[in-house]
Amino acid sequence: MAILLIAEHNNQSLKTETHKVMQAATAIGGDITVLVAGCNCAAAASEAATINGVSKVLVADNVVYEHQLAENIAALVAELGKDFSHILTAATTTGKNFLPRVAALLDVAQISDVIAIESADTFIRPIYAGNAIATVQSTDAIKVLTVRPAAFRAAETGNSAPVEAIDAKHDAGVSRYVSEELTKSERPELTAARVVISGGRGMQNGENFALLNGIADKLGAAIGASRAAVDAGFVPNDMQVGQTGKIVAPELYIAVGISGAIQHLAGMKDSKIIVAINKDAEAPIFQVADYGLVADLFTVLPELEQQL
Amino acid sequence: MKILVPVKRVIDYNVKVRVKADQTGVDLANVKMALNPFCEIAVEEAVRLKEAGTASEVVVVSIGTTAVQEQLRTALALGADRALHIETDLTLDSLQVAKLLAKVVSEEQPGMVILGKQAIDSDNNQTGQMLAALTGMGQGTFASKVVVNDGKVQVTREIDGGLQTLELTLPAVVSTDLRLNEPRYASLPNIMKAKKKPLDVKAADSFGVSLESKVTLLKVTAPAVRQGGVKVESVAELVDKLKHEAKVI
Repeated sequence: MAILLIAEHNNQSLKTETHKVMQAATAIGGDITVLVAGCNCAAAASEAATINGVSKVLVADNVVYEHQLAENIAALVAELGKDFSHILTAATTTGKNFLPRVAALLDVAQISDVIAIESADTFIRPIYAGNAIATVQSTDAIKVLTVRPAAFRAAETGNSAPVEAIDAKHDAGVSRYVSEELTKSERPELTAARVVISGGRGMQNGENFALLNGIADKLGAAIGASRAAVDAGFVPNDMQVGQTGKIVAPELYIAVGISGAIQHLAGMKDSKIIVAINKDAEAPIFQVADYGLVADLFTVLPELEQQL
Repeated sequence: MKILVPVKRVIDYNVKVRVKADQTGVDLANVKMALNPFCEIAVEEAVRLKEAGTASEVVVVSIGTTAVQEQLRTALALGADRALHIETDLTLDSLQVAKLLAKVVSEEQPGMVILGKQAIDSDNNQTGQMLAALTGMGQGTFASKVVVNDGKVQVTREIDGGLQTLELTLPAVVSTDLRLNEPRYASLPNIMKAKKKPLDVKAADSFGVSLESKVTLLKVTAPAVRQGGVKVESVAELVDKLKHEAKVI
């Protein structure tokens, strides 16, 4: 089997999602080639070469790939992908954007959001917002999969695979990058953090989210939010943990003032340890929490920060 | 400009999903069905573009059994002008759906296709991107803002790190995210009017598209249930448990 893994990166460095998809690729088994498509992305390519299990890194370094425009990336991946049995990438907004386009160009189905590999042709994925788990088998010649990073451990590094430049310029000419507004933060990314602390509607307003900062600093945690908190305008939507936001599975998840709607649980229920802090003892979040504390968050948070 | 809005009939998002005992799927017998929430946002956006004078006609299309006509009527009541029902008893993959929609695109020649980013049953998030690939159109997925101007559309997209804005040449495919708009409720007069709006029916096998899927659903199971733990009495006890019992801090 020959597997093509499309790396996720920001041209300078590789995202940890790539290491996690690598674990899924290793579970399928076979010769694994990583594609780094970007612009001035040599550093990201060298980083990809260090992941254990990678046999070769291909670099397509061209200005047309700078912003990962789906039209251009998909044309490149579809051209390269013909010679592979599997094409994998992370089920992030980048992967979800371009990979179905690749599948259609190759005239094969895509299996989305894979959470476990049963065999080289059989995969497990959540449906109905995680309320049901489907096992599917594909007889397509090329299996195209997006992989949910939170469901896999990151592959180790230490390898030094060869890096090969490829000269391929695909410019569909139908889309153009205009701008990006990325949330700047010194904290780890939600999907990569070992600890996540999230606030819900119980936080009452955006200013109160500052109460989470001290705790996040002490634990090296990322700060998230429930959809209720996002919809109420307390915090930006990229902080949202849930079925329609980020799917996280940290070692420790602390839910503060979050009731535990199904859509939020779908985004965090695979966390190793869940802590719930809520003054409503009947909140559904307590049904999934390993440790529940029924108390007013405004007295608990300062105390918790102090005791850590 | 004509806007094509493909929509899907799915289980109502308020219904608690139950897996069938024989593991063949989810129990849909006597369950409330509805227009997929992301599709509803797509219909709303198209209707707003028409109300703003940007679009001239909104055409909705759905694929499935006769039952999908209920959702097409809902979309007509929300303001779409006419509907197309592509009839089949088969459960199709996103690829087959995209191929059928590509045929509709070549017949209707819309200036823009707006559709939901995913359906809340299969959670695939594929159809829009696949349709864009098959028709050679540009794509603006997970849209939270859509601005049409002079043969182009600027789409602001919800991405993992924040927001990204792209400019696409029309015709283009736009897939909707939750924050694009808040769909209206259909008024009673509009529901009555919708009954008289045109709804064409075509057989799926009349499009010359292979409807065979290469993906087999082997089984559907319920997710592992997470057991609740203990309640702690104080912050001190919580910190102690996290340090010495769970060993995560």
